[in-house]
Amino acid sequence: MDLVRNEVGRLVPDTVNGKPQTPYLGVAKAAPSGSKTGPPIRSCRDYPADGDKRVPDLETALRECGLRDGMVISTHHHLRNGDGVAMPALEAAARLGAKDLMWFPSASFPCHAAVIDLMESGAVHHIEGSMNGPLGDYCSGGRMRGLGVLRSHGGRWQAVQDGEVKIDIAVIAAPSADVFGNADGSHGPSACGSLGFALADSIYADKVIVVTDNLVPFPCLPWQIQGNHVDQVVVVDSIGDPSQIVSGTTQLTRSPDRLLIAEYVARFVRDAGILRDGFSFQAGAGGIALAATAYLRDMMRAAGVRAGFVRGGSTGLLVDMLREGLVGSILDGQTFDLDGVRSIATDPRHVATSPFTSYNYHGKGNFASMVDVVVLGATEVDLAMNANVNTHSDGRLLHGIGGWQNCLFSGCTILAVPSFRDRIPVIVDEVTTLTGPGELIDVVVTERGIAVNPRRRDLLDAVKGSDLPIRPLEAIQREVLDLCGGKPDPPRVTDEPVAVIKWVDGTVIDTVWKVAR
Amino acid sequence: MTRSSGTHPPGAEAAGDAPGVGSAGPRGEDVRSDCFVLLEPRASGGIDLDLRSKVEPYYGESIRAQVRNTLAVLGVGHARVTVEDQGALPFVLDARLEAAARRCGAAGDRRVLPGSRRDHPGTARDRLRRSRLYLPGSQPKFFVNAGLHGADAVILDLEDSVHPREKDAARILVRNALRLLDFGGGERMVRINQAPLGLVDLAEILPQRPDLILLPKVEHPEQVVEVDRAIQAASDGGAGPWLMPILESALGVEHAFAIAGASSRVVALTIGVEDYTADLGVVKTAAGEETLYARSRLVNAAKAARVQAIDSVYGDVTDMEGLLAYGRRSRALGFEGMGCLHPAQIRVIHEAYAPRPEEVARAAAIVEAYEAAQTAGLGVVSLGSKMIDPPVVERAQRLVRTAQAMGLLEAAGGPDRGGD
Repeated sequence: MDLVRNEVGRLVPDTVNGKPQTPYLGVAKAAPSGSKTGPPIRSCRDYPADGDKRVPDLETALRECGLRDGMVISTHHHLRNGDGVAMPALEAAARLGAKDLMWFPSASFPCHAAVIDLMESGAVHHIEGSMNGPLGDYCSGGRMRGLGVLRSHGGRWQAVQDGEVKIDIAVIAAPSADVFGNADGSHGPSACGSLGFALADSIYADKVIVVTDNLVPFPCLPWQIQGNHVDQVVVVDSIGDPSQIVSGTTQLTRSPDRLLIAEYVARFVRDAGILRDGFSFQAGAGGIALAATAYLRDMMRAAGVRAGFVRGGSTGLLVDMLREGLVGSILDGQTFDLDGVRSIATDPRHVATSPFTSYNYHGKGNFASMVDVVVLGATEVDLAMNANVNTHSDGRLLHGIGGWQNCLFSGCTILAVPSFRDRIPVIVDEVTTLTGPGELIDVVVTERGIAVNPRRRDLLDAVKGSDLPIRPLEAIQREVLDLCGGKPDPPRVTDEPVAVIKWVDGTVIDTVWKVAR
Repeated sequence: MTRSSGTHPPGAEAAGDAPGVGSAGPRGEDVRSDCFVLLEPRASGGIDLDLRSKVEPYYGESIRAQVRNTLAVLGVGHARVTVEDQGALPFVLDARLEAAARRCGAAGDRRVLPGSRRDHPGTARDRLRRSRLYLPGSQPKFFVNAGLHGADAVILDLEDSVHPREKDAARILVRNALRLLDFGGGERMVRINQAPLGLVDLAEILPQRPDLILLPKVEHPEQVVEVDRAIQAASDGGAGPWLMPILESALGVEHAFAIAGASSRVVALTIGVEDYTADLGVVKTAAGEETLYARSRLVNAAKAARVQAIDSVYGDVTDMEGLLAYGRRSRALGFEGMGCLHPAQIRVIHEAYAPRPEEVARAAAIVEAYEAAQTAGLGVVSLGSKMIDPPVVERAQRLVRTAQAMGLLEAAGGPDRGGD
């Protein structure tokens, strides 16, 4: 493995887990060709004519799927920290004696920390997916055998479609399913809303196992996952802890500083002329983004403006706006609270989507680039407006990419961040890990002012004359460094890669290095 | 090492440290942007520092250097030092080190002052005082961004929000904050304790030129005079701060006019309804009927003495509709502002105390008519078919000035700084 310098000046490995890599080339520079990959041809004669694909348990299902050493097993994070399927599936594989598996989750959560034991025992070789908390520290400390590969939600779809990752067995947790394998996320005791993260795996994996705790009579309506892709159905007592799957209600933050940032975001959207009839936006369930949505709602009411569509991360707040007529529809990638789950189950204007609709580099267009304005967070942003969402400023893995990279393609990408956290400055000279290039980041909103990317002359002109605190990023940084006592020490990392950050097109944009002890 | 009982501040014994040992600051995982310092001076051996910091990878070396430098300035050359840091900013770490050193008698009268800002905006006797944001003096995490929320003033509080054991440490924190932090366009107010403790507070903070001192639990004009004299005595040639006495008892309310006139530094009177209702032996309600008399009496006394009348606070920080209604009633009584317990209240309070658009429009029309009459040399001002009496003109002029200050009306020199 050699290190090469990519288009943004970062050293990246030319080979990852034995596969040759393309270093990042620039935004929209990769021009892949050839055909998409596909699963092996199957015949319906090999499946029960009565449609009943049930097997007694996960071990039987895995055995019938032909589990072997070195296979790729995928799971999905629509049950979030309440997930009770991924660990039992991997542990069942370990009990069957499988070694050197690659776990390919759409994201991992603290409830998956026990994968560390499976990596120590040799059952799991490495993880290609987000890693945080204990898993992040395990990888950052260089203890994982393979390199971690972090991909965006869209990048995961791209990697599956172009054959970069071949999923041997997909295990899909389903809040409702029938014996045929049709599955739905919006009903049942463990309802979570959208199952969009599992869609690619259901189509492209060699074998697909659906695991449910709510078997419904055929047909499971609506079906978000089509049973025609499914090999086995396993019925269990519980697929997870509902209290950790969605929150009861999503509370608005009361933090004065977060509220101030949120208000600046909303005022920027209004004063820049983005808030107009038929506009579209995406804001997640994070404290600042949610509060910004609430401020936008008030401004929409005051101006008599209605949004065409919003992309979620749905919450009760968006659902109320849908009911009030302030938004035309919700295109939902992930459902965060019970109001969201109830709405997606009952309101035809609230639709479950997958990264295919919105984020996939190999798609014939993406919803994400049609969104007028998106509000995102970041751990760090540098003076070139590059941003980091993956590592702490000391170099340790912090969290995955999620849809963050994919959302950068909106008409106006706003990073809403505090200027420092617990004395640690957020605006830095150079990001520790480059997750997204500054040319796609249009506005940085902090409690100390708003910086507009000089490339966005149009936005700068649009807010001229508004009373918003528009300031150069450097000025905000200087003020914060004064308060914090100067620049922090740079991260102490070694020259040994432990993970790579993929760009949306599959190229390698940055490397995560083993931290020095 | 023995304590020098003449120099250590009140409250030091209550901190509960062993003889010769001084500690300051909160400890525990929940603490944010603050630190705990334990100082054990010794006869020799230099500084032995045990640092546990949440920001070790970023500022560990910087913190170690700061601890050594600060202790040197405090005259502490030999000590065991424990610092448990949860992301304290440098001015907070300095304040905690100084408090610990003073508590164990190691620092004498030495102080560690952070670099000073020189660009504090000025104040004025009759400036807008619609909102003043309370900041508990022992909780520095709230200080740093307090100036960003657009309040007309921030109050660094040394009185009721600070535990009696923490008065000495809070005084140092507040001093450093006044010296270093940018509170935006807001007036920098400090609520000191009652004398004699309040005079110690005053001595520590006056060199940092606070704009206004709130005096708690004032019942007699003499209490104001005492503070006025202390300010005069400490004067370094500057104008010195304004005073805002707080009336918190039946007796204080009875003496409102005399208190307002006790010093030319008094620019406003305000009321503390929590203590006042306790003094009356009545229950405090959201509607506030039980304080109506006292508040009206205060307004009358303040206006008679030509100072501002400022209302108390609204306790439920989640009830914005209740706050708006309370503020509007308060303005109707003659108050010009009130306190804030949460920054979210600021905007609502500014709205409540703003004159209605139709009031502003009518006042502007009257002022215009008056100016036209002056230009024409007419003695009588008329608007439409109506004659306008001189007191109506005066009130309109005052309202126009207020509206301009609030940014509701363009001043001759262009729009003023907005309320948000």
